[in-house]
Amino acid sequence: MTAKQQSDDNIIINGREFSSRLFVGTGKFSSVQSMVGAIKASGAEIVTVALRRVDIDNPVDDIISALGGLDILILPNTSGARNADEAVRLARLARAAGCEPWIKLEVTPDPNYLLPDPIETLKAAKILVKDGFTVMPYINADPILAKRLQDAGVHTVMPLGSPIGSNQGLRTKDSIRIIIEQAEVPVVVDAGLGAASHAAQAMELGADAVLVNTAIAVSKNPAMMAHSFMLGTIAGREAFLAGIPSKRETAEASSPLTGFLRE
Amino acid sequence: MTFSDVFKTLDRSEIEETLYKKDTNDVKSAIAKTKLTYDDFLALISPAAEAHIDEMAKRANSIVKRRFGNVINLYAPLYVSNECTNSCVYCGFNVNNKIKRVSLTIDEALKEADILYNHGIRDILLVSGEAPKTVTIPYLKELTQRLHRKFASIALEIYPLSADDYRQIARAGCDGLTIYQESYDGELYEKVHLKGRKRDFFYRLETPDRGGAAGLRRLGIGILMGLSDWRTDCAFLAKHAAYLTKKYWRSKISVSFPRLRPAFGGFEPLCDVTDANLVQVITALRIYLNDIGIVLSTREKPALRDSLVPLGITQMSAGSKTTPGGYVTDTNSCEQFAVEDTRSPADVCRMLSRLGYDPVFKDWDAGFIR
Repeated sequence: MTAKQQSDDNIIINGREFSSRLFVGTGKFSSVQSMVGAIKASGAEIVTVALRRVDIDNPVDDIISALGGLDILILPNTSGARNADEAVRLARLARAAGCEPWIKLEVTPDPNYLLPDPIETLKAAKILVKDGFTVMPYINADPILAKRLQDAGVHTVMPLGSPIGSNQGLRTKDSIRIIIEQAEVPVVVDAGLGAASHAAQAMELGADAVLVNTAIAVSKNPAMMAHSFMLGTIAGREAFLAGIPSKRETAEASSPLTGFLRE
Repeated sequence: MTFSDVFKTLDRSEIEETLYKKDTNDVKSAIAKTKLTYDDFLALISPAAEAHIDEMAKRANSIVKRRFGNVINLYAPLYVSNECTNSCVYCGFNVNNKIKRVSLTIDEALKEADILYNHGIRDILLVSGEAPKTVTIPYLKELTQRLHRKFASIALEIYPLSADDYRQIARAGCDGLTIYQESYDGELYEKVHLKGRKRDFFYRLETPDRGGAAGLRRLGIGILMGLSDWRTDCAFLAKHAAYLTKKYWRSKISVSFPRLRPAFGGFEPLCDVTDANLVQVITALRIYLNDIGIVLSTREKPALRDSLVPLGITQMSAGSKTTPGGYVTDTNSCEQFAVEDTRSPADVCRMLSRLGYDPVFKDWDAGFIR
């Protein structure tokens, strides 16, 4: 165990501890080197990889071999799957090829907005949980779906902040707040976070972690952007732990106006 | 309903008139919008937009970066036959052309595929002329099944099939279809397609509908720039792409619009399309249809292809041979059209890396299909 992992604020997913609460994706980078640089700078310990992009059977696949040298959990994802059958098949192929049985479940039948299909996601989650996978489903910010998935035994829920790649930030804040309030498993805000401040905002709400890809991959300096997300995630987490003062409509003097009554 | 029904409600001369009347203010207003209407798109392909090409390029670049990232998908065509019963005046495979006709056996086609595989290609496009007697459904099924073991993605660019035929081939492992309408100008279409089944304009027009109904994941459509008025044809292409995106929402729609190249038979393009025109089409389509795939063919010269990459392109062919057996024999005789960019996939990768793009060979997995 590294020094970082010994801290007492680790996120625990299915019994496994991670000290970093920033997860990152591997798509859209201009090169493998740029991707590796960003992952290192992000401090992420969970890195998700689209199975459709890698040749999972091929150890010299450039993405897999580049990630192989890092101290991270490679979290395969089923992006591109249009229904439960396809997602399940892909997850099993990844496991058969030697990946750990962890899967970021994405069932996104619409190839443009890549919004998750709630019905097929739940169906696939049930199968994969029974099959022994650690299942981390990507979902719309739907509190009831989050509960139904938890009932099915998933190990995190990953609601979107806004559509993938949109960089719009936390557009689904009110629903995410309910999901967090009701969650029995870690809540990872996934998709749409476009700036470190968005990550901080999600963490301040009480999210357990965030996942970022596009904003880092397409920035002019992916490593620096990744680092900024790391800082944003930590800042938001610490603010949450410290207890953020509630907002008020009116100003409140630090020295109460009625102080004289107690003099 | 198919696109034919939509098409019949469109008045070509009215669209042409509208787009040619657009002025600078229309163009400026269109560029400034985050969500464009079809009418805005007409402004972007109008002559008035030519003065705003730089702004359009900047906008298109930022959209494609956000939506697709710094990646370009690479694929290669595998020509399985140049036999053809059609007479298309612009095509090297025209039935009237006295060229050596070749149809590859399954084993010959697999040998071609092996060469592409060794170049790193994992996304393959099977191409043929209208040759239903030699490029049969059982042939396509067997070839697809055998290619499926090695290639992540297999698509067809052959003569139009029925929805049932597409379903059968999809079950064998094919996930995509490309079919060019060539031109949406019905009158011109008749003049350049002199013989064969291709003369049936509407059967061809409904082909992507049949592919979509069969559940194909990738539907590609296209026009040949240089046949009819390119601006008006682009207006129809965009309409068709928008229709398919909405109706077959599970499929990824892409468009191609190569400029006509010289081919056997000495056909000359019917109208001139400049490099700037090509840039205008790419950027206008990207700004209007943010998520559409845009394919850049090897018909363009290397230097121009390199410059076009950041403007909205998502897919490129590389190392293409447009003659059946061309990879094994390393020739391009009896080709469908002249390839201008003869660089190998490795050279194209080096170019993309230099430009700051990650060349992607695999963006699909055979595991998606049983």
